[in-house]
Amino acid sequence: MTAVYDDLGDEATSDIPVRRIRFTINGAKKIAEIEPRLLLSHLIRRGVGLTGTHMGCDTTNCGACTVLVDGKPVKSCTMLAVQVDGREVTTVEGLASASELHPLQEGFREEHGLQCGFCTPGMMMAAKGLLDRNPNPTEEDVRWALSGNLCRCTGYQNIVKSVLWAAEKQRARTPGAE
Amino acid sequence: MYPSRFRYEAPRSLDEAIGTLRDGGDYAKILAGGQSLVPMMKLRFASPELIVDINNVPGLDYHRADADGTLRVGALTRHADLEWSPLLKASQPTMAAAAPMIADPLVRNRGTLVGSLCHADPQGDWAAVMISLGASVVAQGPRGRRAIPVADFVTGPFENALEHDEIAVEAVVPPAQGTRAGGYLKLERRVGDFATCGVAVALEISAAGEVIRAGIGLTGVGGATINATQAAAALSGKALTPEAIEAAAELTAQAAQPRTDHRGSAEYKRHMVRTFAARILGAAAPGGTGPATTTERAA
Amino acid sequence: MTSKALDEIKIGGLGSSRKRVEDDRFIRGKGNYLDDVTLPGMLHMEILRSPLPHARIKSIDTSKAWEIPGVHLVMTGEMMATRNLAWMPTLSYDTQAVLATDKVRFQGQEVACVIADDPYIAKDACEAIEVDYEPLPVIINPEQAQADGAPIIRDDKDGQASNVIYDWEVGDQAATGRAFAQADVVSKLELHYPRSHPSPIECCGSVADFNRATSKLTVYMTTQAPHIIRAAVAMVAELPEHLIRIVSPDIGGGFGNKVPVYPGYVMSILASILLERPVKWIEDKTGNLISTGFARDVYLKGEMALRRDGKILAVRMHTDADHGAFFSDAQPSKFKIGLMHSAFAAYDIPAAHLTARGVYTNKAPGGVAYRCSFRVTEAMFFQERMIQEAANDLGMDQAAFRRINFVADHDFPHRTPFGFLTDSGQYAKCLDVGLKAIDYDKFREEQKEARKRGRLLGLGISTMTEPLGAGNSREYDILGIKMFDSADLKVHMTGKALLRTGAKSQGQGHETTWAQIVAHELGIPAADVTVEEGDTDTAPFGMGTYASRSTPVAGAAVAMVSRKIRAKARKLAAHLLEVSEEDIEWELGRFYVRSAPGRGVTIQECAMAAYSNMPDGMEPGLENTAYYDPPNLTWPFAVYIATVEVDPVTGVWDVLKMVAVDDCGVRINPMIVEGQIMGGLTEAYAMASMQFITFDADGNCVGSNYMDYLLPSAWETPGFELHSEVVTPCPHHPLGAKGIGECAAVGGPAAFVNAVMDALGGTGVRNIDMPLLPDRVWEALTNRHDVSGAPPIRQD
Repeated sequence: MTAVYDDLGDEATSDIPVRRIRFTINGAKKIAEIEPRLLLSHLIRRGVGLTGTHMGCDTTNCGACTVLVDGKPVKSCTMLAVQVDGREVTTVEGLASASELHPLQEGFREEHGLQCGFCTPGMMMAAKGLLDRNPNPTEEDVRWALSGNLCRCTGYQNIVKSVLWAAEKQRARTPGAE
Repeated sequence: MYPSRFRYEAPRSLDEAIGTLRDGGDYAKILAGGQSLVPMMKLRFASPELIVDINNVPGLDYHRADADGTLRVGALTRHADLEWSPLLKASQPTMAAAAPMIADPLVRNRGTLVGSLCHADPQGDWAAVMISLGASVVAQGPRGRRAIPVADFVTGPFENALEHDEIAVEAVVPPAQGTRAGGYLKLERRVGDFATCGVAVALEISAAGEVIRAGIGLTGVGGATINATQAAAALSGKALTPEAIEAAAELTAQAAQPRTDHRGSAEYKRHMVRTFAARILGAAAPGGTGPATTTERAA
Repeated sequence: MTSKALDEIKIGGLGSSRKRVEDDRFIRGKGNYLDDVTLPGMLHMEILRSPLPHARIKSIDTSKAWEIPGVHLVMTGEMMATRNLAWMPTLSYDTQAVLATDKVRFQGQEVACVIADDPYIAKDACEAIEVDYEPLPVIINPEQAQADGAPIIRDDKDGQASNVIYDWEVGDQAATGRAFAQADVVSKLELHYPRSHPSPIECCGSVADFNRATSKLTVYMTTQAPHIIRAAVAMVAELPEHLIRIVSPDIGGGFGNKVPVYPGYVMSILASILLERPVKWIEDKTGNLISTGFARDVYLKGEMALRRDGKILAVRMHTDADHGAFFSDAQPSKFKIGLMHSAFAAYDIPAAHLTARGVYTNKAPGGVAYRCSFRVTEAMFFQERMIQEAANDLGMDQAAFRRINFVADHDFPHRTPFGFLTDSGQYAKCLDVGLKAIDYDKFREEQKEARKRGRLLGLGISTMTEPLGAGNSREYDILGIKMFDSADLKVHMTGKALLRTGAKSQGQGHETTWAQIVAHELGIPAADVTVEEGDTDTAPFGMGTYASRSTPVAGAAVAMVSRKIRAKARKLAAHLLEVSEEDIEWELGRFYVRSAPGRGVTIQECAMAAYSNMPDGMEPGLENTAYYDPPNLTWPFAVYIATVEVDPVTGVWDVLKMVAVDDCGVRINPMIVEGQIMGGLTEAYAMASMQFITFDADGNCVGSNYMDYLLPSAWETPGFELHSEVVTPCPHHPLGAKGIGECAAVGGPAAFVNAVMDALGGTGVRNIDMPLLPDRVWEALTNRHDVSGAPPIRQD
């Protein structure tokens, strides 16, 4: 890797704190040298180059940036990147396997659970958090689990259907889950 | 959207963390869940010079009951852990009612109860709940550990009683003398909203149906979380009759110090405090619906 | 013989709920939104905004910002002025500051910007800029704006002696006056439709890339109308239009917010020209909500002349519109208050008169058509609130009163008293469907019973037709550019096709729907058609997507270009079949010989012939372009009925059921149409229940982030029951389609509000301004008076 910066003199650069972290993202191990103030969402988008994680607000309300950290859905704009040192991050790009889509991805397409698509990755990651905890959710459970994610296009009805579609597909795939 | 620069330390033990704070200079902040701190840093309402991240300190992620019923909640216990806790559901109705009302499900996966108490936002829910339960915060510093009642711990809006080199390591709820009852009702305009107002009621009720101990905490209706002591005292030794409930609800409303703002008039907020207090007490009374919470669509 | 025509649904044609092709990238996180655009050497821009709503700028000191390592450029209004770019023209023939020079006129106005290696550094540098302000008195509503001695906000404009922007009127004042003189009953209503914001989850942004070597300026931009932007950039920046390329990538929602030209775009373009490097600007949410295209903020009052038997004789309306600090409404009509006078179009009313006044205030500029044709939302809201109050004043049933006054099915085309021409509809039938779905009579019984037990149930009806799909070019233009749209279709020799239009999808699913129109017209399976939009270097000139105009205008152009292609294919078919053109018949996907239906050629065979075996004298290839100028707007009709329960103790209300009956003519992709309706209903619910921007007495904006600008989540949003039984094709659209994207957002709010007001029946309360926050409902119930939501907010 090569990085070239404007030479601003030693004084200018010496007080910028930089830390080296190691983390796993979608199964791949990474090392990054970052300023502690870098937000996790920026590490994912600009550092790793995975742009499926979107940023929609400044105030931890919209959930477009939702990713899994050690399996739990969190808002990646509200975690410092340094905090994932030694941890495992999963983004929307980690949902599908090489050969097939995740049931949630299929569900969103089948039930028209998206329109502009901007909130969709966050919605799917929050939904994954739900299905990992509760493979057989009710409509109420889904609405509750997604209440930290805002969508401006769909009115949520089809998003809820998409998640229920995925849950059903997952249960059918996993014998004995029912 | 972009925080200012700061130094960052991620100590691996409490002693190391306390040492870092001690040597860290004037403006250091502890990062636990970060769900209040990081947003404030992004908006540059807060620009600490040093962040001490305690997420790598072992032994702080627990909530458990001692043999005598004392409940202990560690500094890294997330709201979600409490929301889904069978222990709370079985033994702490007020906390169990409040946990799902904190922020939104994703924030609850990171944010912590102890961190909320430290943040001391007058619109934060946990302080009212913990005040109603007579809970304390355990602080650890170079001079050892001390327990501070939450009522004294919150010293003002966004101010707490910690010394600059102390860390809040645990919240402690004392054991109940009778059967616990109560609940938490919150008026919010949408999931994730701060409380327009919130009322936490914690009761300990004898086998005879009399209130042995009551505590009432109010969210969002004052410069800091309010401890409605007179209302609570009025319930002591009484059965939850309609008259007792009405009197206590009225005293609760009088304890509120709401302001008129875009969330509603002072008059309305006071009315809602009265209504919530009466509804929680009514639900806790014989024949009531049990612990009141705001997880239905309407408050 | 049996037909060999293709099964239209199987090939994804008209009426097929085909799954969306764009989803394949979005569900994988492979969309390409503005912030995903990264160019070599790209720099980042951040904007410094004014904390004060009205203040003279005494000085701006940028020296500390320049000293921060990584900063490349700090721009102020003074610097912009040297390039004649401190001000820019607006779409409403006013001017708007790009960066403030003399004074700031609203909180959040752009004061300076920094371009740096990294947005974190740019933000640091913004914080280091020192601005010395001298505060001025603040105006936040029309009353203050027109008060004696009010400060003149636009003292930059020669001859602007007050804060009034315009006075405008439409209708027949004399006839209206005569009708009122005949009235048995006069019903009145006054309300404020609060300031709102479209607030797509993705904010605005741009990546400007000026190449000194080629003199070409490429701008990636969150715009719903890339060609208009190209024209505007050519005019504002005085750059040659052929050297400007606007690319609108995937857009994370628009709803009208991404139509105007914003100062940030202009700054990033100038910065790229000055620095000769790509400059990216990504707006934050606060910037988006506090400074870009708001909507509504109109004070409406009116009265209705009524005959005792329920007949409406006339309507009188007045509106005061708060436009903020610059009159930069993004609307294409020649009418000052947009299509406000489309009000009452669904009702047969002999006379009407509307007066309108617009004023400047110290609030953000840029009124946009938030999920509506401009001002139609306010018009229909006022209409349906007025209808409810009028029926109550007459003591008539809500449904019966509407039925008496609807334009009848046999009365089309119908000229409204304000001069619009509505062309089709089955209003009463739609209402019947809605009433049946909500079980109207049973609910009224339940409501009565519940009342006896102290429970407050309510039912609200909203019925409306609205004008969608600007324009026709006689009455609608943007900066003189007529409101047509376009489609360009290239059929490859193997029968696959590439379609481009001048529209720009922001979630509406054009890539899916447009291909269905081609499939319908040509029998080329939708899966064989690629759709591209948003790049001005490749797309035909079009006016973009807003005001539900895509299907009415661009969609029509797709049908028309397909028909041009079919006409040529027919000639090729005749050549291949060795018969004359007159002997050829068409069925989906295939031409055949009339006298011998078994002899035919497919459209794909015709396509191959266009490149390999065309008749002598025929131009090779199978490509064409169509520009479509609609003869009229389209007029969908909708019935929305909500039932609610109000908690009389807390003022909290809950939706029990919401029914929507939409007659939008022929539905190209029913699944997508239903998605649009549900989205619109949700915004309607948002506006009725929680979503608004307001101001305190000092001019501070309340609602400049998602902590106070409330969008409902999945938890609060009610479920919806949709009905599509009634289909009245648009008589002038080539497919019979009408616009649909905004109907529910336009007509929905009144259904919710009417329901709550109905629940409060008997209290004497006539109006509570939206949003119907619990405290407002409680106040109305407790004190038995109307509750205004107009700024300033009340504060201790």
